[in-house]
Amino acid sequence: MNIIVCVKRVPSTQEVDLVIDESKKDVQKDNLVYVINEWDNYAIEEAVLLKEKLGGMVTAITIGVEDDEDVLRRCLAMGADKAIRIDQGDHDLDSFVISRIVAAVIKGLEYDLVLTGVQADDDNNSMVGIMLAEHLGLAHAAVVISVEPEGDTATIRTELEGGITEVSKIRFPALLSIQTGINEPRYVSIMGLRKAAQKELNVVSVDELGLTEDDLLRWTIIEEVFLPPETEGAEIIAGDPSSVAEEILRIIKEKGVSV
Amino acid sequence: MGEIFVVVEHRMGEVREITFEMLFKAHELCQGLSHTLTAIVIGGRDEAFVNDIAQRADRVIAVEDEQLTDFDSDLAKEILKRLIEKDRPFLTLMGHTSWGRDLAPALSIETGFPLATDCVDILIESGHPHVMRQMYNGKLFSKVSFKKSECYLITVRPGVFPPDMVEGRQGEVIRQGIPADLPEARKQFVEFVDEGAGEVDISKAELLVSVGRGISEEENIGVVKELADLMGGVLSCSRPVVDKKWLPKYHQVGTSGKSVKPKVYISFGISGAFQHTAGLTGAGTVIAINKDPKAPIFRVADYGVVDDLFKIVGALKEKLGA
Repeated sequence: MNIIVCVKRVPSTQEVDLVIDESKKDVQKDNLVYVINEWDNYAIEEAVLLKEKLGGMVTAITIGVEDDEDVLRRCLAMGADKAIRIDQGDHDLDSFVISRIVAAVIKGLEYDLVLTGVQADDDNNSMVGIMLAEHLGLAHAAVVISVEPEGDTATIRTELEGGITEVSKIRFPALLSIQTGINEPRYVSIMGLRKAAQKELNVVSVDELGLTEDDLLRWTIIEEVFLPPETEGAEIIAGDPSSVAEEILRIIKEKGVSV
Repeated sequence: MGEIFVVVEHRMGEVREITFEMLFKAHELCQGLSHTLTAIVIGGRDEAFVNDIAQRADRVIAVEDEQLTDFDSDLAKEILKRLIEKDRPFLTLMGHTSWGRDLAPALSIETGFPLATDCVDILIESGHPHVMRQMYNGKLFSKVSFKKSECYLITVRPGVFPPDMVEGRQGEVIRQGIPADLPEARKQFVEFVDEGAGEVDISKAELLVSVGRGISEEENIGVVKELADLMGGVLSCSRPVVDKKWLPKYHQVGTSGKSVKPKVYISFGISGAFQHTAGLTGAGTVIAINKDPKAPIFRVADYGVVDDLFKIVGALKEKLGA
């Protein structure tokens, strides 16, 4: 089974103070540490697990600048066979434009399955994967938590709200957006990264793809970003841990819970 | 006169709460715009809830067929495309749920109408829609507009708008059969499985002591479990802890886990993504401990402690005589 996995490099923002940049449309990124999008890490692991079971090739794709090749090398180290970076040039991207561009690249490849993450950790849109499926005319499912291929179909489980899982059968070729927790992504060592440096990593330019002006026109525009007010709502309990603990216990008892 | 569509989400014969939330917001928008509110039900024959929906809309278009009893994004997309292309509604609202995530982007590409997802508010300025969204898991807010279009698609975050009913509506119900020219479904529904059952039922606990990503290591779960036991509370958690298989799914609070209603909820190292906090709307008092003062959990908590969770856990244990 040949599998294509779409991945994205995103800034890690847990416990980081975000600062809005001059354009007021994004945050300053120069001091941020970049990582593979958490959902994509599960998607690439799932692709490698399927390949280990069924054979075939895994191709990792990203769109971005040269630094974004870091996530591709990571995918190669995890077991992907080859990687493609689509050089974004000076194109302004939103989910629609990304889906159009990536579709144009994937169209020329051989595959049975395309995997993406459910969403990206930066814009939290949850759009590119299913848009991509639609451009490519693929069957699709979102928020997938298990995949068991049987011939030209797979039994998949998708996560619904309220602890309910939906089981269904999907026909290949298909695109699945992968949810966190589907597997346990393997550790990537420095040694593994070094070995993966031998593997094929190709760069294609957006301008080589024969896309029209309309294909590259954003459908959504970020007008402005702003920071939410700090700790809005919560009454802050300050002090040393001992007095904080005392106050917490007082509140719990006040609310009618005996401890 | 313009129109707003709300796509009704239902499962196993029951309307999902997000539907009522969208109908409430759509009603408000319709009042401002003098638009009519149309609810779209795609479902099995004679779904009992259609009349309930009619009390919250100017009209209901119910597309009914046996094969539509369970949601299928391919069929829903094709049916909605036909309805949208015929009626040209200004806005079409869908839930930002698992099904909405599968349907809305496909519908957007299929119709060519732009989509904004996971919206927490919808504003109309000079006749154009704008949406408010969150990025970086709630650490940044954004205001987003669309390319110019006749129709716009929006998915709405669950739990943001009240599910309240506006009195005095009795919409007309228009029943339609399934279009004859639908393509063959590429996905077959097999069954629903309830993953929620387990040794403890967190939805019935009076005191929940909850852990999140900030716990860092599997071994540390035990430290907080001890505290929960000392307090007579029940241990719960947020999604990353279940993803890492450190606790079974039935401990998880949130949209894909359980909605809880304890008198007191204490969270340790939970940042507060909406998927988590949406499960807390029924909680009495929320006390959040997190070392990041900008963590979104503080926006829903009643009390907050900005400190290292292990220090607070240690101090609490000491006070309780451990």
